[in-house]
Amino acid sequence: MTFVALEALVPFPALVGANGPDRRSPRPPSTLAGVEGDAELLAGLRNGDEDAFIALVRRYQPPLLRFAESLVGSRAVAEEVVQDTWMGVVRGLDNFEGRSAFKTWLFRILANRARTAAVREQSHSHAELPPAVDADRFDSSGAWAQPVVPWPDQADERLDAAAYRWALKDALQRLPHRQRQVVLLRDVEGLTGPEVCDILAINGGTQRILLHRARARLRDTLDRPVERA
Amino acid sequence: MPVLRRPDLICREAVALVTDYLDGSLSRRDRRRFESHIRNCRNCSTYLAQIRQTIALTGTVEADDLPPKAQDELVELYRRWRSDR
Repeated sequence: MTFVALEALVPFPALVGANGPDRRSPRPPSTLAGVEGDAELLAGLRNGDEDAFIALVRRYQPPLLRFAESLVGSRAVAEEVVQDTWMGVVRGLDNFEGRSAFKTWLFRILANRARTAAVREQSHSHAELPPAVDADRFDSSGAWAQPVVPWPDQADERLDAAAYRWALKDALQRLPHRQRQVVLLRDVEGLTGPEVCDILAINGGTQRILLHRARARLRDTLDRPVERA
Repeated sequence: MPVLRRPDLICREAVALVTDYLDGSLSRRDRRRFESHIRNCRNCSTYLAQIRQTIALTGTVEADDLPPKAQDELVELYRRWRSDR
């Protein structure tokens, strides 16, 4: 089932600013603040500081909800799972030793809660899937059948265009769930491969296959002319 | 990952290795073959650059803001937890 949140139809807010795309780096900048900020807020939370709780919720609730949707497939269930996650956070605060980043811990709690909810049986098979890049893009010798046309030099102009950002966000929503889970954690949240494997309880090879397919699809979205919504 | 025996990669194979390459999970030999192919193939080098651009842009996609009602509910849960503590 493909779940498209209504929010996906809302045009992007201004996105690319000071932390705009670094085309040389395979790791994107995280959309979220750094670990130091989290540590201070956690200290506040331990002292019963409600403002610290609100700040953490503001920071993490939107990405948690988006990730939860990719796990459970429904907005309503996702909201329940996320609420449950926050209760897991406050109850488990005393056991959080800070060996992993708070963010990793948070997403791991969420993934566990979603598994417990067991609202969806997902196929763990990807062996039958077609290649990430369509076979007909290559000729019989395995070379590209048509040239790969570079995006314009003023790539920022293309990538900053609201229509492309909208298309990318929409494409993220439409990815198969497991691909979406991996690409959200890796490329949107900026977690490492091992962290993602830990959270989703998958092995490194599976993680890379899912990521590879997701990135190929998102790249194809950006490669196509996109009509303004 | 199928074992690739030919010394030179073809485009279809190189494209399949892009994510493994970016993750640093190729063997030294496959990495050398991949990089050698990319150096000599404009199409694949363009594809790799576009994947990097895609990753960078994906990293800027923001989740939707939290509706105030949802936040209020959470704060209420937090207060309850704190008072039960």
